[in-house]
Amino acid sequence: MANTIQPPLPDGKWKPRIVAFFCNWCTYTAADLAGVSRMKHAANVRIIRLMCSGRVDPQFIIAALTKGADAVLIGGCHPNDCHYSEGNYKCLRRNQMLKRMLADMGIEPERVRLEWISAAEGEKVKRVINELVETISRLGPLGIPQKFEEWDREMSELTRQMSKQQEAVDGGETPVAVKTEVIHV
Amino acid sequence: MKPIVPKKHEPIRIGFYICHCGTNIAGMVDVEAVAKYIGTLPNVAVSRHYKYMCSDPGQELIQQDIRETHLNRIVVAACSPQLHEHTFRMATAAGGLNPYHFQMVNVREHDSWVHTDRVEATRKAMALARAAVMRVPHHKPLEVKKVAINPNVLIVGGGIGGIHAALTLANAGKMVYLVEKEPTIGGHMAKFDKTFPTLDCAMCVLSPKMAAVGSHPNIHLWTYSEVAKVDGYVGNFKVSVRRKERYILEDLCTGCQECVNACVFKEPKFQDEFNLGLGKRKPIYLPFPQAIPPVTLIDPEVCLNFKRGRNPDGSHTVSDKCKKTCVEACGDRKAIDFKQQEEIKEITVGTIIMATGFQIFDAKRTPYYGYGIYPNVYNALEIERLINASGPTEGELVMRNGQSPKKVAIVHCVGSRDENTNRWCSRVCCLYSLKLAHLIKEHTEAEVYNFYIDMRTPGKSMEEFYNRVAEEGMHLIRGRVADVYPDPNDGTTGRLVVQAEDTLTNKILKIPVDMVVLSVGLEPHPEAENLRRMFNLSCSSEGWFLERHPKLAPVNTFTDGIFLAGCCQGPKDIPDTVAQAGAAAAEALALIDKGHIEQEPNTAYILAEECSGCKSCIPLCPYTAIAFDETKKKAIINEALCKGCGTCVASCPSGSIVQNLFEDAEIFSEIDGVLAD
Repeated sequence: MANTIQPPLPDGKWKPRIVAFFCNWCTYTAADLAGVSRMKHAANVRIIRLMCSGRVDPQFIIAALTKGADAVLIGGCHPNDCHYSEGNYKCLRRNQMLKRMLADMGIEPERVRLEWISAAEGEKVKRVINELVETISRLGPLGIPQKFEEWDREMSELTRQMSKQQEAVDGGETPVAVKTEVIHV
Repeated sequence: MKPIVPKKHEPIRIGFYICHCGTNIAGMVDVEAVAKYIGTLPNVAVSRHYKYMCSDPGQELIQQDIRETHLNRIVVAACSPQLHEHTFRMATAAGGLNPYHFQMVNVREHDSWVHTDRVEATRKAMALARAAVMRVPHHKPLEVKKVAINPNVLIVGGGIGGIHAALTLANAGKMVYLVEKEPTIGGHMAKFDKTFPTLDCAMCVLSPKMAAVGSHPNIHLWTYSEVAKVDGYVGNFKVSVRRKERYILEDLCTGCQECVNACVFKEPKFQDEFNLGLGKRKPIYLPFPQAIPPVTLIDPEVCLNFKRGRNPDGSHTVSDKCKKTCVEACGDRKAIDFKQQEEIKEITVGTIIMATGFQIFDAKRTPYYGYGIYPNVYNALEIERLINASGPTEGELVMRNGQSPKKVAIVHCVGSRDENTNRWCSRVCCLYSLKLAHLIKEHTEAEVYNFYIDMRTPGKSMEEFYNRVAEEGMHLIRGRVADVYPDPNDGTTGRLVVQAEDTLTNKILKIPVDMVVLSVGLEPHPEAENLRRMFNLSCSSEGWFLERHPKLAPVNTFTDGIFLAGCCQGPKDIPDTVAQAGAAAAEALALIDKGHIEQEPNTAYILAEECSGCKSCIPLCPYTAIAFDETKKKAIINEALCKGCGTCVASCPSGSIVQNLFEDAEIFSEIDGVLAD
């Protein structure tokens, strides 16, 4: 379905796109507070509400990055303050694991940021978002969807060359090219 | 009306609505463009923008569209779901759909209010709305869970706020547990002499209410007690209360105080906490004559029948070295028990009211005012005790040298409106300073100088009170005091000089005075941080308990079933505290009398056919809601215990745990949606 939707306001210029997962009780409420207090901040972050940072499945982060996010921000309650006792610790643990994995994939660690922001810290929401947007603007686009496209092109080019070689081996006879399907995960 | 559940292959028909919120949203987001764009997305049957979606016509619009165009999913882009999710779920239900076939998009708090570029803000609104439109087809019809509510109420703190809330609830027939950490209820109000603006005696209005609490059949009054542990949720909190040992059996003590008279210490010798150390008491004592419960207590730190110092576990050891004249005096009542130990009481309540109050600012933190250095510098609460007829001087305002002051300076905003200490205005200090000025003049005919930054006297009858006191001939000087130091021309009387700039005349004033009164501000209670953790509350950055909404839910907290009353939420005067306590009691009553709690159906469940039985989820649940079925080798979630955090869902390696309202498919669609531009 995503492919059927055209960008509504194409302006050509790259701007960081950041997906945020905020827990309902602390960080989402803090973002509301930032709103009520009219604390202006960068418009690059799109917030998804979850009940607890413990619900943040590492797959969500991977999905966001592969679907075109340049960074992911996770917000939960401060240690000891989790509405569900300890969901934020589970989130922290998973985040440590994920960071190692992302490093192995060549994704800069700055692109996944975990912050503890309490319901009273509207100011911190503003600061963290602005900082992150600045960092990512400096790092540039992650562009995983574009990389996928590039790999697709390379793969079809490879296929084309292979069938050409085959042609040469077969002495002019054109064999039926093997159809290569690229599967993304 | 029976909810319409879409048939399995019925096409999804989404109604999308974006709210202008007057100009709150429409001023920064091109709502028309958003509605037009969302209208082009798959599954969207209706896409509209409207001035106020939360208004009756706005909600009617949704219901009408459901009926006429056969919508089966609703998305509203407006304010925060914390504010109006419930409203729109109800509108969705009123239109005949399951209320959970609805998704809310926050384009006000998270968008129009925080961004300055209209194009960017509109683009973000489109992304957020698109995410909801892509998410909502996955929504399942859900049912609200109803859980019975325990009608008992716990009130933490026995100041005027806690007292008023307790009486309101008890009079309505509810069982109340009132827990107070001091040996008596009454709080700060019991220490005051008169109250502004009426100048009626604080104890005269408070003591009848205290007595009513003490004798009310529906109130369990537990003084000298602290909450040790809180478990559970709204409707069913399990609370452990630690009842500290006072070495007097409350049920047997009649409050005759013969034990106090009989104590081997003939004269009171030890610092009296109630009088802030200005008076003396015995090791066995009643905090003040009107104390409720009227039960004495023994201070084991100074009583001769105890060994000095605490044991490692906090208890005290009986030495049996005293003649125990108190026990003799108590006689057959046998109310004194040196072996009494602290006791843990377990109670179950449905709702909780926090009325834990404040502490006064410690003036030692502003050393330039000389508190704790010069004996003639007092804080305002000490003055309340000194001019109180039941205080240590029986109402005679005398300084530590026994003399009555001829000139008194009152310094406003000590520990308030100050970058170096506390930035907030404590709200009551200007008025209590005026009151003290009046009372000091009345008691001593002294000349009184009030040094203020701004004279803040809002509220009913308060400005009139200010005018009245001003007309009595006070010196009102607009200027913050810079320094208090001993008068260099003075020999032995301890006279002080108050230095300040009068900002109305641009003159530096150096006024010699006999006594300096520091109008200390209000601070969060020292235990507030611990209590916050224990009760799962939020605090503002200053440390006050955070209300759910500053205007529309001022006594509610983010934890359902816990309400706030009085200064634990922020500085306020007695009328406001009582009003808030009444409101908190009414909120608690509204929950209790409904008989049940409606719980968000965001619990998790296990897809048994996919569960591999690895047990990874079981230790992750903080509520032990997950058990393992040994015969089937599958995990099972007890829905009644699940609180819906979703931690287990994120951990399941086989993806066989589903959280209602936050299913993987829903969240993945949301991720796709926010990024599909």
